[in-house]
Amino acid sequence: MKSSNGRPRGGGGGPESSVEKHEVHDPALAAGAATGHTRYDDPWYDALASGWGELDGTGTPAPAVPPAPRGEAGTARVADVYLEVQRSAAFREVRSRYRRFVIPGFAVFFSWYVGYVVTAQTAPGLMTRPVAGAVNVAMVAGLGQFLTTFVFTWAYARHARLRRDRAALDLRWDTQELTRGLRGGER
Amino acid sequence: MSGHHQALALLLFGVFVAITLTITTMVSRNRHGSAEEFYAGGRLFSPMENGFAIAGDYMSAASFLGVTGLIALFGYDGLLYVVGFLVAWLVVLFFVAELVRNCGRFTLADVIAARMSKRPVRIAAGASSVTVSVLYLVAQMVGAGSLVALLFGGTSTASHAWTVIVVGALMVIYVSLGGMRATTWIQIVKAILLLGGTVALTVLVLVRFHGDANALLRTAAERSGHGEAFLAPGLKYGGTWTARIDFISLGLALVLGTAGLPHILSRFYTVPTARAARRSVVWSVGLIGGFYLMTIVLGFGAAAVVGPDAVRESNAAGNTAVPLLALKLGGGADSTGGTVLFAMVAAVAFATILAVVAGITLASSAAVAHDLYASLRRPRAKPRSEVAVARAAAVGIGVVAIALGLLARDLNVAFLVGLAFAVSASANLPVLMYALFWRSFTTRGAVWAVYGGLVPALGLVLLSPVVSGSPGSLFPGVDFQYFPLQNPGIVSIPLGFLAGWLGTVTSAEPADEAKHAETEVRSLTGAGAV
Repeated sequence: MKSSNGRPRGGGGGPESSVEKHEVHDPALAAGAATGHTRYDDPWYDALASGWGELDGTGTPAPAVPPAPRGEAGTARVADVYLEVQRSAAFREVRSRYRRFVIPGFAVFFSWYVGYVVTAQTAPGLMTRPVAGAVNVAMVAGLGQFLTTFVFTWAYARHARLRRDRAALDLRWDTQELTRGLRGGER
Repeated sequence: MSGHHQALALLLFGVFVAITLTITTMVSRNRHGSAEEFYAGGRLFSPMENGFAIAGDYMSAASFLGVTGLIALFGYDGLLYVVGFLVAWLVVLFFVAELVRNCGRFTLADVIAARMSKRPVRIAAGASSVTVSVLYLVAQMVGAGSLVALLFGGTSTASHAWTVIVVGALMVIYVSLGGMRATTWIQIVKAILLLGGTVALTVLVLVRFHGDANALLRTAAERSGHGEAFLAPGLKYGGTWTARIDFISLGLALVLGTAGLPHILSRFYTVPTARAARRSVVWSVGLIGGFYLMTIVLGFGAAAVVGPDAVRESNAAGNTAVPLLALKLGGGADSTGGTVLFAMVAAVAFATILAVVAGITLASSAAVAHDLYASLRRPRAKPRSEVAVARAAAVGIGVVAIALGLLARDLNVAFLVGLAFAVSASANLPVLMYALFWRSFTTRGAVWAVYGGLVPALGLVLLSPVVSGSPGSLFPGVDFQYFPLQNPGIVSIPLGFLAGWLGTVTSAEPADEAKHAETEVRSLTGAGAV
């Protein structure tokens, strides 16, 4: 169980735990931390979470979330945190970096794939044109699909690693810090 | 085929079953029956392990036997399939893997229900997940039954029935006793076996042609009797415009369907973070891409070495191309090498089917227990009982799959797989994309998106030539065929997106802005992810 909620800071949060940036950057987010003492509410911790609080496979204690009744106020406050984070410049930057990569990327590979399939079905003459030896345009296009898939996979992984991971992780800790702050009141 | 093949193949397969049962008992010892453990294997697999497991889940017997057979018989048209199967992973990587890992817990419905009123959305998404899984499962069961008949020469109903029952019983044991942890290790072992077998055969094919791909292609084209046309599209799907549009429809279903397959989505929950989910997709793209490149070599190799006529004589659909190729490459039917290679391929094919059905059974039992049962049960049931329900659901799904596998024994395997992909792309993908990316998506939109894709996809198949009105259909005697295509994707996928949009714009309640913010922040940052 890899929840980072309720887990001590830096206590084995997966491969990313080596990153040590924990401070809140955005003034709006920092302000959110002051909203105080209401309860933590989260659909992921609701009654469907069977087995919650048991020992997991590694024998480390799972975070125990007290199944206390939740007030409307608590829900609203946590929702405010997410709205604040969503409006923050840091989050909008992560989101736009993600979108600026995947939307053009999808447009390119999807139209290249659909174009390939449609051409294969509608223009057999073009596809049979020889290129070298027994290899024809169809074969080159098919292997080209393999190649572009590998290249897009590599490019996406690289883009995510260099352009998004660090910022997203900072936001993750900041957001969790804010929501933890809300729960912190009851502890 | 002599008795040696059968004995050796059965022995190798027995070894695989023994190993996997050992894995199951070992990993299920000292485990607490938590949902985290049962559905997600404790979420502590490494990206490499999960990448192998994803590849194991995805490389089904339909690819290993079916696609190579298609290439051996129809040349380039078989290659079009594998391109679709591979490019689909870009959709998974770009839009699904990380975001689903960040937002969900165990199933597809978790991601959608986070923003919506839970009950109707969970029931809808659970129902479509179970439908997709059962279709996929029946395809694999039918494939297992046919494989036995093909490899061991037993055409009797009894041998087919026993194979389906044994496969069904084994998959229920794996899943209900071992949960996700055992299923994952079985996938990993199977992926290594399958890749090992494929590499060995590919090397033998290339050695036979002295590493000259040109010679391989030319020989294949010559022996096919079609000449240059064998190396270009059109032999299988050319001809009428209906057939061409049918293939385009299948191509869309393949490339968009993978991202909605429940057993693929559930694999992303077995790693600790979204970053690990991304890295496991990178691993699996490498493994799956390599595998499909090799199946192309094997398909053309079978055409060149065995010849399409011999392949067709053994099985009209071409499913025995790779076993026959193995026999020939090893030195012929009476040689030791041929016997060993043939038995190895047969055992690998069985292992493949067994592992894939285990993965699907687990995903569908999660949908039954976590989505359907949890939404429909008494409100104050004990939380612990969900895993017990999932185990029972695995048994129930096993029984249903065995029964349908026996009933549907004459259905075409590739068609069933294509249908599962089409239903997945029509019912699961639109709702998932809207829930992750559309600010004003509402509960009604979500429910409409699921049913608006699911019902047309299934309805169009009922009205298609697959079910009635043509000599090869399920009920050739009657004719209620009103839809010309075999694969409904080209109509039902847009309908799924359209229904989701329509449901959203017509719904009275506005979308919950805060819930959307939460989903968006969670999906891109991983805040609060389990």
